Amino acid sequence: MSATLLAGAPGETETPGRSRRRGFGLLRAIRGNRKAMVGAILLVVFSVLAAVPQWFTPVQDANAHAFGLMLPPSAAHPLGTTAFGQDILAQLIYGTRQSLVIAVVVGGLATVISVLIGISAAYLGGMADGVLSAVTDIFLVVPTFPLIVVIAAYAGNGNTVVVVGVLVVTGWSYGARQLRAQALSLRNREFLESARVRGERSSYIILFEVLPTMTSLILANFLGGALYAVLTAAGLQFIGLGDNNSLSWGTMLHWAQSNSALQTGQALWVVTPGLCVALLGASFALLNYAFDEISNPALRPVRRPRARRTRS
Amino acid sequence: MRYLTHRMGFFVLTLWAAVTVNFFIPRLMPGDPASAMMARFHGRVNPAAIHALEVAFGVNSNQSLWSQYISYLHNCLTGNFGISLTYFPLPVSTEIAQALPWTLGLIGVATVLAFVAGTVIGTIAGWRRGSMVDSIVPPVFVVTSALPYFWVGMILILFFSVMTNGALPNDGAYDVTSTPGLTLAFGVDVVRHAVLPAATILITSVGGWILTMRNNMLTVLAEDYVRMARAKGLSNQRIMYQYAARNALLPNLAGFAMSLGFVVAGAILVEYVFNYPGLGYMLLNAVNNLDYPLMQALFLMITVAVLVAVLICDFLTFWLDPRARSRS
Amino acid sequence: MPDAPVLEVRGLTVEYDTAAGSARAVDGFDLDILPGEFVGVVGESGCGKSTMLFGVAQLLSPPARVSGGSVRFRGQELVGMSERELASIRWRGISVVMQSAMNALNPVKQLGAQFEDVMQVHGERSREVVRQRSEEVLRLVGIDTVHLKSYPHQLSGGMRQRAMIAMALLFTPDLVIMDEPTSALDVVAQRSLMMQIKELQRQLGFAVLFVTHDMSLVSHFSDRLVVMYAAKAVEIGRTRQVFEAPGHPYTQGLMDAFPSLRGERVTLTGIPGSPPNLLDPPTGCRFAPRCPKRFEMCDIPPRLYETGASLAACHLHAPAAEEAVR
Repeated sequence: MSATLLAGAPGETETPGRSRRRGFGLLRAIRGNRKAMVGAILLVVFSVLAAVPQWFTPVQDANAHAFGLMLPPSAAHPLGTTAFGQDILAQLIYGTRQSLVIAVVVGGLATVISVLIGISAAYLGGMADGVLSAVTDIFLVVPTFPLIVVIAAYAGNGNTVVVVGVLVVTGWSYGARQLRAQALSLRNREFLESARVRGERSSYIILFEVLPTMTSLILANFLGGALYAVLTAAGLQFIGLGDNNSLSWGTMLHWAQSNSALQTGQALWVVTPGLCVALLGASFALLNYAFDEISNPALRPVRRPRARRTRS
Repeated sequence: MRYLTHRMGFFVLTLWAAVTVNFFIPRLMPGDPASAMMARFHGRVNPAAIHALEVAFGVNSNQSLWSQYISYLHNCLTGNFGISLTYFPLPVSTEIAQALPWTLGLIGVATVLAFVAGTVIGTIAGWRRGSMVDSIVPPVFVVTSALPYFWVGMILILFFSVMTNGALPNDGAYDVTSTPGLTLAFGVDVVRHAVLPAATILITSVGGWILTMRNNMLTVLAEDYVRMARAKGLSNQRIMYQYAARNALLPNLAGFAMSLGFVVAGAILVEYVFNYPGLGYMLLNAVNNLDYPLMQALFLMITVAVLVAVLICDFLTFWLDPRARSRS
Repeated sequence: MPDAPVLEVRGLTVEYDTAAGSARAVDGFDLDILPGEFVGVVGESGCGKSTMLFGVAQLLSPPARVSGGSVRFRGQELVGMSERELASIRWRGISVVMQSAMNALNPVKQLGAQFEDVMQVHGERSREVVRQRSEEVLRLVGIDTVHLKSYPHQLSGGMRQRAMIAMALLFTPDLVIMDEPTSALDVVAQRSLMMQIKELQRQLGFAVLFVTHDMSLVSHFSDRLVVMYAAKAVEIGRTRQVFEAPGHPYTQGLMDAFPSLRGERVTLTGIPGSPPNLLDPPTGCRFAPRCPKRFEMCDIPPRLYETGASLAACHLHAPAAEEAVR
């Protein structure tokens, strides 16, 4: 490590030599940052619930109308039952899977698209860049939620694949813009110059020199996309545009709302799925914010000791 | 000046894209809206209703696709969106005109308030880095910014409406029993009905602004010109406002413009939860009623509103950033 | 009778608090600057020269802080002073010129406004006086006064740097601190700027503390030279003498790395290796791992020894008595 300890100018990314230490450094960074820890723990909890829901509840099929209607919380049903006789806790647990899967899939796909478009726009330049940027900006500005609503209405019965599809199509543009900006600023950095001078092909440069330096931004994009997916998918399902027969938190909220749960004293039916959405979203948001702090030294929390006056 | 013309050009381009998308959606979707209509009204379809659909989609089997497109564009420009199927026989434009003020009033005001409040709090948090305020602010608001809009609305309803037995109303923009008019009583009623929805928007969106403004402040505070300002012996207040905040605000404005899409999504859901008669509520009702002309017109209207807001942000940036004025 | 020094730095130490521990970016730095002197500070990136500069001017920001030592400006101790106490010295006594005027000037304020705010803060209320003084300093550096209404991005790089210098001279301070003000300029503009600075110095009599990595530039214009390496000063002396007879192997290495424009062709030798990790510096001489003249005594940290031409922190110049002790 060189002796350059002056805090790097914000926005300046690390030099490539560091990427090898990333794996270790990442884990240590998470442990050192409280926000990241909370976010990571939440995420782990939800992942476990999604993977093996049957360990956490005796109910086999959470959607079946198996129990008494609108029962209050009890030992058998810790959160009570819905107006259809479903165990609320079981629904929450089984519903984790869909929400988590949607978040990860949409986050991943949207990130891939934004990487492709953002970096190509930065590298191709000229006309291609102009076109790609215009397309990105249009997708960015046009309010996509009403558009999703209209499309979903036309597409007929709600379908999780459709939901994922529209979320990806509407969610990539923010990341593409950011990645393009960063790729542009990296274009002229010295280590890329040296790669060019060595005679490396553009594709090599992009894959092995540029991308590794942008991992923090790409990761941030993934987390942002996942957050967007969780909230928007829940919103879509809430208004009934998802698959109403599927098992997810958003659909629970939909049925709760259509049965006027708030007004009929079934608050738990409303509060708990929304709380889960909030917690899953918060975990992505916390991790995202923490990584921002980790990668940008200017943002890190500081302590302020006073300078001591000494006489020599 | 080139900056402004460039932004206006973008405005027109995006609007054209939205209109074109609107034109093609019914043509690309499976199924035929006309038969859906027929099914819905059990075969008894009014010829005027069919005509409404035709106008809305620009469907006219006698014309080529291109001339259909042109007449559709013409219709859009003149505000002729056809007849609403839900509010038959009122034209779509009339319906929209009724809902627009409620949305602008509630959502518009609440969003701007949230942005302003968020910017101010973010400025202070960024400035007082390392203090108590700053260690609480980020985690709290990171969490609030991840809360789903509609759920927050429902929680507020639970605690302030249901549990308080209707102290703050949760339904509509004003009481069905009161008479609309420019009276104080009506005004108070409107405000009462707006409290919870506005609070929902404020709570969920302010966090995002606080955090971005704070981060921008921190970035700006590490810049050389802030150090220069300290070297000159300028007062903290002057540095905070004229050197740091003025510069940190600029990317925040850009961020505001970019996040409007998300704001709209939240706004629609809030209107739905509170039955607030704005554009969003109308849109969701239109979806449930398969009122295609109204749906598409609303989409266009919302797009226009967002684009206008973006344009306003562009003008503000032009005014605040001398570099934008000389951008080539 | 020699004049009292404008600046006396003794044992200045600046630490950075990082997650991995505290690193000393400046470790026990001493320097005196006499009135009207031009002192150049050179060293490679990361040696601590800019940090030292900001430490002297009390302009560090967290996680950096002055952890020890003393900085006396005209007899007043600056370390530990509150911001309020420092405010009266700022700009009137010590002013600063930074590396890139594009970053050092507020992008959203006109030049005139940036001159005005510092004058207002120091009690000048009359707009007329402010305007006159602003025009005066602009004329000093050869910038048309119409540019008081310009924004920083509207000026060329060279003009911006000169505007910064003009701003630094608003109160004709005793000491102007410059952090690589020429690095962002092309060679022609660099030379012209340096000559301007020297001319102004001659006219107005201020001292200059000038940090740069460009040896050749500083050699022509500075009275005295300080060479820094790994947070310490390794050589101090009159510039001419340091150049002709460098006492420290590092300084010698720096000289060897610069080709002469005239004279015979020589093979350029660089200095192999890289600077030490300041979180965990070597216990002895910090240059020893890279030094071609290393010997046993170098395990002990050296102090500054007289070499006749300058002061050098190298045991090669230790008086015979100390050398015999090993």
